[in-house]
Amino acid sequence: MKTMLSPAAALLLVSSLPAAAQEGPTPADQERWQAVVEMSFPGRTPEPAGAALSLQAPARAGDAALVPVGVQLGDLGGDRVIRLHLFIDDNPVPRAYSLTFGPAADPAGGLETRVRVNEYTWMHAVAETASGRLLQTATFIKASGGCSAPALKDPEAARARAGRMKLNLPAEIHPGRPVRAQLLISHPNATGMQFDQIGRTYIPADYVRQVSIRYNGRSVAEVETDIALSEDPSLHFAFVPDAAGGTLEVDAHDSEGKVYRQSWPVPGGPS
Amino acid sequence: MRSGLLLLACLLLPLPVRAADPLPVTEVAPGVFLHQGRQEDATAANGGDIANIGFIVGGAAVAVIDSGGSMVLGRGLLAAIRQRTDLPVRYVINTHMHPDHVLGNAAFRDPGTSLVAHGRLPAALAARFDTYRARQADSRTAGDEVPAVLPVDIAVTDSRDLDLGGRVLRLTAWPTAHTNNDLTVLDTATGTLWTGDLLFRDRHPSLDGSLLGWLRVMDDLAAVPARTVVPGHGPPGPWPAALEPQRTYLRTVAEEVRTLQRRGVGLAEAVPRTAAETKTRWLLFETYHPQLITAAYAELEWE
Repeated sequence: MKTMLSPAAALLLVSSLPAAAQEGPTPADQERWQAVVEMSFPGRTPEPAGAALSLQAPARAGDAALVPVGVQLGDLGGDRVIRLHLFIDDNPVPRAYSLTFGPAADPAGGLETRVRVNEYTWMHAVAETASGRLLQTATFIKASGGCSAPALKDPEAARARAGRMKLNLPAEIHPGRPVRAQLLISHPNATGMQFDQIGRTYIPADYVRQVSIRYNGRSVAEVETDIALSEDPSLHFAFVPDAAGGTLEVDAHDSEGKVYRQSWPVPGGPS
Repeated sequence: MRSGLLLLACLLLPLPVRAADPLPVTEVAPGVFLHQGRQEDATAANGGDIANIGFIVGGAAVAVIDSGGSMVLGRGLLAAIRQRTDLPVRYVINTHMHPDHVLGNAAFRDPGTSLVAHGRLPAALAARFDTYRARQADSRTAGDEVPAVLPVDIAVTDSRDLDLGGRVLRLTAWPTAHTNNDLTVLDTATGTLWTGDLLFRDRHPSLDGSLLGWLRVMDDLAAVPARTVVPGHGPPGPWPAALEPQRTYLRTVAEEVRTLQRRGVGLAEAVPRTAAETKTRWLLFETYHPQLITAAYAELEWE
């Protein structure tokens, strides 16, 4: 499924009206979400997720360029989520994150990342299930300026570690039990909306587009992302380790065609 | 309504720039004058008057330290100088690139005045200036000029002395701390140290540089031989004792964030759980605490 917006479509979305109320979506908010749905899931209508999905984000962001968000899976009534999406409705590119769970994943781990929020907006999480259902839930967030916010508090430190990846695993791992891990990728994730006054030009977009995570050769997650992801993208995922231990491999591709690849040993351990 | 506002805007625009009222200043040491900003966020009501700005009068010239958050504040500072001396303003020193400290720079535009800043300020300000100017529009006094960026004439990369005529100011450019372009000014005649936002007193510190860098810089800063400090925000105080509350707080933040990260606590949960008991100690805690912890968390993850 192709959920990227064309530049023209993205511009159309930028020019639509901003969200006004937080009590419930305004007609303009609803219209905008319908447009996003139509582009991402043509001809389909997501149903309210109820207890199956929950979307967590701060009501007001501490830093609009670094907003922690998470999607948790609840009672799916025997169904199974195969793909999870995160949309920030009023961002220039609404789709922030699309995650396809692989055979080595523990989908109960849901989705967790950090995003940029450009203006007060509704956010949506959408789940595609094995039985073909499309489930949605939403929340409102107060934050603005995240996409054009100047990046890089310390450009020299950022350059020194560019391309590095870091994997955070829990201290104890028990084979057969799901492990939640965090992957950090040192990358400016430039949005193309950050202005450089000296050069009188916009810093070109340069962002992580795709991340593949595998455990012992089997896919844990295929992630498609966009400019909404914060600088130094952070991705959480869950998988079930083998008794003998193994290797976690990550490939990250950015919009400039650069590929970052790294692997880490994952210990087995007492079961 | 909207056309009425437009009409009002059209009527206001062609008005010539009014001579600003002199800003109230206090002589905190002989020849050292401070205008203390309000401990508030910039709003239309306070006109962006939220940072400490001031000037030092030497035997032959005046140096301005930070120009305020708007052109009207910069002109008000110039008017306050003119109430006290006819000596030329030879230097305008910027302690770092934040808008509440630099957007009045253009009020001092003059062939005889040099703008002095950390060597990394021009790039840092350039990357943010459009954002600053757009935000400043919300607190700009009606009829006030839109701020402009002036070129930096004297870029300090390590340290530098400025002579005001029998009075030497020692400028020090620091490694990344509050921002990546913090500059301090020591008036050697009175032992008065202007730290810019390397020191917040009473007001919750904001972080736009490096927490670990700031902790290291504070160790060196504490050794600067000064008697009195003028912080970027808050009242002047004794040196180095006035540094301690902020130093203790930022150390605590670093330790607590590290501990939470070791326990696998994510960013969202870490914000309310870090140094939450300091809520009543710092002004503007609700605004700046989440920002500080978010930035600290993202930095410490790469340790």
